[in-house]
Amino acid sequence: MVTLKIDGQKVTVRKLSTILDAVRKLDIPIPTLCHHPELSPFGGCRLCLVEINGSPKPVASCTTFARNGMDVTTTSPRLEKLRKTTLELILSDHPKDCMVCERAGDCKLQELAYFYGIRENRFGGEQRVYEKKDNNPFIARDMEKCILCGQCVRICDEIQGVGAIDFAYRGLRTKICPPFENDLNCEFCGQCVAVCPTGALTGKMWDQKGRQNFKEVDTVCPYCGCGCNITLHIWRNEVRRVSSKEETLNEGWLCAKGRFGYGFIHSPDRLKKPLIRTAPKDISAFPIHQTNPPLPPFTKGGRGGIHPSSFSLHPLSSFKEVSWDEAFDYIANRLKQIKENYGPDAIGGLSSARCTSEENYLFQKFFRAVIGTNNIDHCARY
Amino acid sequence: MFGSGAMTNSIPEIENHDIIFVIGSNTTETHPIIGLKMKKAVRRGAELIVADPRKIDLVRFSSVWLQQRPGTDVALLNSIMHVIVKEDLIDKKFIMERTEGFASFKESLLAYTPEEGERITGVSREDIIKAAFLYGNAVRPGIYYTMGITQHTHGTENVYAIANLALMTGNLGRESTGVNPLRGQNNVQGATDMGCIPDFYLGYQKVTMPGIRQKFEKAWGIHLSDTPGLTATEMTRAALEGKIKALYIMGENPVLSDPDMNHTIQALKKLDFLVVQDIFPTETAELADVILPAACFAEKDGTFTNTARMVQRVRKAVEPPGDAKEDSLIIVELAKRFGVDMTYDIIEDVFREAGNLWPALAGINYRRIAKNGLQWPCPTHDHPGTPYLFKGAFPRGKATFTAVQFRPSDELPDHEYPFLLSTGRHLFHYHTGSMTRRVDPINRVSPCAYIEIHPEDAQTLNVREGDAVRVSSRRGTIEIMVLVSGRPAKGVVFIPFHYREAAANVLTNTALDPISKIPELKACAVRIERVETSPK
Repeated sequence: MVTLKIDGQKVTVRKLSTILDAVRKLDIPIPTLCHHPELSPFGGCRLCLVEINGSPKPVASCTTFARNGMDVTTTSPRLEKLRKTTLELILSDHPKDCMVCERAGDCKLQELAYFYGIRENRFGGEQRVYEKKDNNPFIARDMEKCILCGQCVRICDEIQGVGAIDFAYRGLRTKICPPFENDLNCEFCGQCVAVCPTGALTGKMWDQKGRQNFKEVDTVCPYCGCGCNITLHIWRNEVRRVSSKEETLNEGWLCAKGRFGYGFIHSPDRLKKPLIRTAPKDISAFPIHQTNPPLPPFTKGGRGGIHPSSFSLHPLSSFKEVSWDEAFDYIANRLKQIKENYGPDAIGGLSSARCTSEENYLFQKFFRAVIGTNNIDHCARY
Repeated sequence: MFGSGAMTNSIPEIENHDIIFVIGSNTTETHPIIGLKMKKAVRRGAELIVADPRKIDLVRFSSVWLQQRPGTDVALLNSIMHVIVKEDLIDKKFIMERTEGFASFKESLLAYTPEEGERITGVSREDIIKAAFLYGNAVRPGIYYTMGITQHTHGTENVYAIANLALMTGNLGRESTGVNPLRGQNNVQGATDMGCIPDFYLGYQKVTMPGIRQKFEKAWGIHLSDTPGLTATEMTRAALEGKIKALYIMGENPVLSDPDMNHTIQALKKLDFLVVQDIFPTETAELADVILPAACFAEKDGTFTNTARMVQRVRKAVEPPGDAKEDSLIIVELAKRFGVDMTYDIIEDVFREAGNLWPALAGINYRRIAKNGLQWPCPTHDHPGTPYLFKGAFPRGKATFTAVQFRPSDELPDHEYPFLLSTGRHLFHYHTGSMTRRVDPINRVSPCAYIEIHPEDAQTLNVREGDAVRVSSRRGTIEIMVLVSGRPAKGVVFIPFHYREAAANVLTNTALDPISKIPELKACAVRIERVETSPK
């Protein structure tokens, strides 16, 4: 263990902890843009500078190990001046379009500019202009807003194990891009979007869907069995964004389905009324020997396959809309009839691994206690 | 296998394994976040053993990759165990204190030398030995498997073999040490726990066990049937035979998910009455007599139980569209029409009723899981939940070794159908696609079905990437696009089953495992022909 003093307070941390870890342990606010507790230290943004008694230069606290007996100062007129200058330099080639930026209000850079009162910038000069290569449907990459904190690069490599992006070029021309500056072609987990401190990376489907007044509801992802905790951002009865908090089972990480796959909730295809069959079950209604259009998939550069707008499943022309009462009466009568004629074991129920446990409990109880059969199963085997 | 069907460990424990043995699970695609934890463990120094017929993404992170022929898992595991016995890497204390039947089981391994293993599985004997040493010497190993193990006619035997491996090395009942079947759906664990299986009431209480039925009759105040019911796969057959006259399907799409689609459609058409309750007009709903519109996960309150037995809170965020109703309300209303009152005030009352009938849930309530979930068993309100199972003892006392012998899959490639087809999921789409195929961006990155073919096979068939091929089995034919890929071995092909327009399950075999009744979706024989005129 290592004991050191920070702003006059003693703190003990584990060996190989950084000064920043010790600072965070004391809950002293210190600005950072490139630091993430789950990623390797980077030391890129220079905002976490601290002074160590006896050391001539300020050091980056995120890349300096805590040592016994250190006497650290986290804030002083000199440090704050340095931080403000660093911020001004970062902002000097940053587009000043907060009013239309997707991340405004949820942007670390904007928040720091606000705290340090930076409106005018002493530093002028060349602006970076990048051609947008954004044919992917999930992640909008506005690299002019990128501050090169490298969190996206590290998360893609260290957490996701994919390494789809990295730094390219040097100096002012430095940018983060996929190999050969190609379009992004990855697992689209969106981990990079979750850690980006600015508006450089955002979800395409959030674009102009609102930045304020979301109601946030914590729930569980409806896809695989991992049970990732997600937060739904609701605006007027509509799910407009999905995120996940860091202190969850899944540490805030999600996959493409969990993060971007919520569009089905408000799909126009949703069933809205009970339906009763009017036409006989027709074989031709469901052509199963249909051919699959062999168009190039997205990965080959095209937008092939079934175009979303033309993708609608079967028409329900052989059904008519009815009221719930009609539907319930009809089902009850038919089931009673079948139970009377053939016994309860001629009826079966398939429950759903997609529904809640409570609904599953009620469903099996309905079959066992009301219908009177143990013919109840679900899709555990598929 | 040891008394209840669930993961023995919890998800956060994954990163502390020193050895991870993944067999028959494409974890990074089917359980992406568990995949991340595995990668994290590897970064922290764990070694990864991957046994999979395909070169899945996890192989990049592995110390050894065992590319067994599909359906030869028992031979692979037995030969690994043969080496572990021979090198005396077994845990004698654990075997003596907590298991029975080791002596006779040990005999059954004699024939499975690494050479025999290599002959059957195609995995080199060196790799078998390497895997045996890695697992045998591990301190905190975890085994992970999914449908690649279970969806075989010998699926239960595969699972027995995995259990034997963990038992003989004493790798159960400790933190970050255990056997973990990863469940494929958000609440498949909850549905099973809640008794949506034909031979068990809630909490794995056997329908035929004396006293159990009486307990439920008393609780529900109604006479109950004492005959175990039919499994889903048996119901399809019974429908075809005319023994099942009516089916009520809530939130499932068997037309696409079950093997041999033509057979499933025939069976569903034969029914006198079919009710489908879903959020979308699925392929199954198309065959229904009544379709009921249900609410989706964002439109209701309740709980999901994840693959690690963790009961977590689901919250209503938006109103369902149109007249769609929560599934629970639909069931309660329907029960009323039968003169049975199943009404509740709040949905937590239902959870409480379940907790009263199954002690493992008794200590959980919605207030306790408001922020973080709890893992059952959690018998009392001050119980912290159970991150890992079988500390000190198994529910049934001693665990038993079950000797299993290799037996080939039901349908193997032959002259007429020379390729072996395996099916599964990929990263972007989910199951039968009724949800993800309606999400435009996902559809854009993953627009159409494909068949993964090894480059040499592609050359033999004279097809290139993007070409259309006709794939036929004894049960049906589909046309599909070729993806030339080094992932499958030569002679093996793979089709994801998400796509209705080229449904993999038109081809698959309905042969069942005799015990678990799981269909052999992971292996069947197919023929592939080039389609000369490109369709449309």
